[in-house]
Amino acid sequence: MNSEAPVISARNIWKLFGADPEKYLASMTPGRGFDEIRADGYIAGVKDVSIKVSRGEMLVIMGLSGSGKSTLVRCFSRLHEITGGEILVDGQDIMKLNENDLIEMRRSKMGMVFQSFGLLPHRTVLENVAFPLEMRGQDRHARRERALEVIKLVGLEGREEYFPRELSGGQQQRVGIARSLAIEPDIWFLDEPFSALDPLIRREMQDEFLRLQDMLSKTIVFITHDFDEALRLADRIAIMKDGAVEQCDTPDKIVLDPQTPYVAKFTEEIEKARVVHASVLAKPLNGTTPEGEPVPAGATVLQLARQLVNESRTTLPVADKDGTVIGTMNRQEALDILLGEG
Amino acid sequence: MSITTLSPSETQSQGRGDGRWSERQLVAIGLVALAVALALARPLLPEWTIVRVEEGLYAYADWLDAVFNFVRDDLGLIHLTRAIAGGLEYLLDATANLLYGKKRWPHLGPIPWTALAAAAGVIGYYLGGWRLATIGAGTFVWAALIGQWSIAMQTMSVIAVAAPTAFVMGLVLGIFAWKSRPFEAVLKPVLAILQTLPFFTYLLPAVIFFKVGPTAGAVATIVYALPPMILMTTLGLRKVPPEAVEAGKMSGCTRWQMLRHVYIPSARTEILVGVNQVFMLCLAMVVLTAFIGMPGLGGKLLAMMNSFKLGRSFEIGVTIVLFAVMLDRLSKAWVVKQPEHFERGTPWWQRHAYSLATFGGFAIFVLIAFLVRDLPNVPVKAVGDPEAEGSFFGYVGGVLDEVGRKQSLTQGKGIDKAIKGFLGIDSVQAVTEWLRWFLNVWILIPFRNALLWLPVPTVILAIGALGYLVGGARSALIGAGFFAFIASTGWWDRAIITLYTVISAVILATLTGLPLAIWASRSEKWANRILLFCDTAQTFPSFIYLIPAIMLFGVNDVAVVFSILIFTLVPLTRYTIEGLRSVPVELTEAADMAGATRRQKLWHVQLPLALPTMAVGFNQAIMFAFFMVIIAAFIGTQDLGQELQRTLAGTDLGKNFVLGMCVALMALVFDHIIMRWSTDRRKALGVD
Ligand SMILES: Nc1ncnc2c1ncn2[C@@H]1O[C@H](COP(=O)(O)OP(=O)(O)O)[C@@H](O)[C@H]1O
Ligand SMILES: [Mg+2]
Repeated sequence: MNSEAPVISARNIWKLFGADPEKYLASMTPGRGFDEIRADGYIAGVKDVSIKVSRGEMLVIMGLSGSGKSTLVRCFSRLHEITGGEILVDGQDIMKLNENDLIEMRRSKMGMVFQSFGLLPHRTVLENVAFPLEMRGQDRHARRERALEVIKLVGLEGREEYFPRELSGGQQQRVGIARSLAIEPDIWFLDEPFSALDPLIRREMQDEFLRLQDMLSKTIVFITHDFDEALRLADRIAIMKDGAVEQCDTPDKIVLDPQTPYVAKFTEEIEKARVVHASVLAKPLNGTTPEGEPVPAGATVLQLARQLVNESRTTLPVADKDGTVIGTMNRQEALDILLGEG
Repeated sequence: MSITTLSPSETQSQGRGDGRWSERQLVAIGLVALAVALALARPLLPEWTIVRVEEGLYAYADWLDAVFNFVRDDLGLIHLTRAIAGGLEYLLDATANLLYGKKRWPHLGPIPWTALAAAAGVIGYYLGGWRLATIGAGTFVWAALIGQWSIAMQTMSVIAVAAPTAFVMGLVLGIFAWKSRPFEAVLKPVLAILQTLPFFTYLLPAVIFFKVGPTAGAVATIVYALPPMILMTTLGLRKVPPEAVEAGKMSGCTRWQMLRHVYIPSARTEILVGVNQVFMLCLAMVVLTAFIGMPGLGGKLLAMMNSFKLGRSFEIGVTIVLFAVMLDRLSKAWVVKQPEHFERGTPWWQRHAYSLATFGGFAIFVLIAFLVRDLPNVPVKAVGDPEAEGSFFGYVGGVLDEVGRKQSLTQGKGIDKAIKGFLGIDSVQAVTEWLRWFLNVWILIPFRNALLWLPVPTVILAIGALGYLVGGARSALIGAGFFAFIASTGWWDRAIITLYTVISAVILATLTGLPLAIWASRSEKWANRILLFCDTAQTFPSFIYLIPAIMLFGVNDVAVVFSILIFTLVPLTRYTIEGLRSVPVELTEAADMAGATRRQKLWHVQLPLALPTMAVGFNQAIMFAFFMVIIAAFIGTQDLGQELQRTLAGTDLGKNFVLGMCVALMALVFDHIIMRWSTDRRKALGVD
């Protein structure tokens, strides 16, 4: 995964809202905080963020409302013009694209799903889904075929002729998802796609989303403010506060090893045993061959709970999917995670 | 939320502190004191402050004339406008041919009235079921049967050109205003003035630049209908949800695709509300083009009123009202009409059932008319007489094609008799005579004389004081400045007479409308009924309101005030009811729990909260009054309207414009002060 160049690579990007942000940023003393910037009359939507997204990875961006999640993602697709820094998409500096090239990039590479769906009310489901294809000038027949295909994919068959207002929230978001997939994008942005839905529907949509991702394996940037959602989906989680990324790591690392007090506080309520996997706790073998039945690397501590309690060994071997032992796990360490440290 | 937090005494006392006057109030009091002192010192004042100069301080009219002449002749604007006029005339001739058979290209008309009625009926059914079908078809049937088909179609032929043109121009200008802030900044004040300019000021330039006749009428109508279309378009485009825009961008829309596929469809509701406004204003204006001699419903109405033929006036009034209601209801139904989906595999004809029915109904009647045109037909008395020449079918077919003079059902004379008989009844006569006497002797004339007696600086200072009290220095400057300008034009007396008519009519309307609205708002049923009535009445072209006034009071000052009164009653009542009914239930319930009597509740809870909304109605009433007072010039007034109407006969563009500006500026001062007060008050009360 890491051998390839990242799909999105952002270096020190800034997005300031205010009267003349470029000039302000140029004259600003480095290291100025969010509140100081606000006192100067500017809002730091994104504050000095550097982040990379690899091919096929699902990056989840988390943070409280107003922390700059949406702004960051809109910088990636250049819905916002960044104030400073550099964003490379597939190695190309998107700030250097002219209008036509930018349109071309969006038409061929990017799809986006919005929190409140952003459907066009005067178009049917079919016409909404076919909209990006229509915009890039595909002929009527081809775009209809493709649209029907994605509509089927998201499970909306039979509703092609409906108008958005005739659908439930969950169904509307399926239309939003289908539309974003119509052009077969490489990069998929989802800005709190399920936040506006009822909890039950949300769960169902997450399952649906995971199913799609299994089939399509796209590069995904997914925004949520719901930690459970993040844990279910993420390869890596980036936690934002006041426009800055506090920490960007795998879920296990975030809960086990928070880098800032904010992240620590943010993850405090999380039941660590549900998040931490055996693989993370596995220590290198250093040439030894451990005895006994190994535990699967992909299991969470919670899933191993019964075994951990009943076990008598102090260290347990951990084996990956192929059954190869990759290390040993200290039982006490795992129990501490399960029961909370004394 | 308790009542006390929102009680008016408390919010008001914020400004006053603990019983002391706020700075604004002090300044205002000072200004008023100065104004009063000037009034008291009237005998000592120099003559120009009292006796109004006839010429004006500055010869604005001459300057303007010079400017107009320059752009017209030297810059050659006249060639441009004449060219536009040529194009417009071509279109107007075409619609005139289609609708009432004017001998011009395409030489197809007139379309049989039954064909239009059938098409309108189907469209009405599509938009709003049987009710709107009846309104749609019924209007055309009425106009034909009452014998007003050709004048109605003369009017409609202008609207058929003016409304689409105003729509397209409004849409385009609205898009520009939305795209470019500087353009909007220039456009906004121009539109504000356009919306307050009296209609005579639209008419004269139209005549001068676009030649007399339907073309001038159409131009004036288009310009008059433009502002709300522009404003609604801009508003709608601004309101497009950001996510729809972002979705469009992410779908790879070019700028043109964004506008065409995302912005305009998403702003559909506001744009269609603009269309509704365009229709209503077009109808209102096209009726008024009677004053520059345009034939049609307005022209006929004017002629009938002039010769005091009340029966026919009444019938024409009904026709105008029917067309207004039809255009309003149909276009409003279109606003709320949502697209319905068809299941996949619905056959083609089913998807287009309504278009097919419209076309079918239209075609059938055209066909009938075409087939019978050559059949000899018989006079109605001879139908059934086997000896008579011609055929029954020929007769019926002929009527379906065109209702002749003899066949029309007009009851003009009968209604005339009935009205005159009713007014002749002793008791009725006694009441109207007494009212006329009372209003004239005790209210109108003394009030007018008092206003005219006041020295000019007193009035200016008083307006300034009011402005200062409400909106501080800026509002004071606007108020005083605009009035000072009016004084400098030399039309002060005329302006004051206009102002007096407006104020007395609005005060009388408030005295009648407020109790009515307060009473109505107590019951859901009555409130809804009256609101529905007001809604409908508000769509009537202003011209209509002259009919009852003239009927009751004849041709005099009282009729003028009365026509304005009923015209302004509508917004006053409507907004008062809406204001009172929007008071949150928790608050009235809290008042009930606190043991407030009905009266206490009204005074301390409902009225204070409703006041900002009522102010909007009051403002609209004043704007309507300024509009109506000019129309009433036709009855014979001595104000600016009279002078304006006189300019129509000549080519005094400069004078016309100066007079128009006087009216517009007075209206703008009131608009500014009242709306400023209303918004501040809303903020203070924490309502939206
Ligand atoms: N167009 C804008 N103009 C000014 N401020 C903005 C704009 N968009 C976002 N902001 C500000 O930037 C900050 C981050 O917003 P956003 O990215 O929407 O947060 P999130 O998506 O995490 O809730 C907020 O303080 C918001 O008010
Ligand atoms: Mg957001």
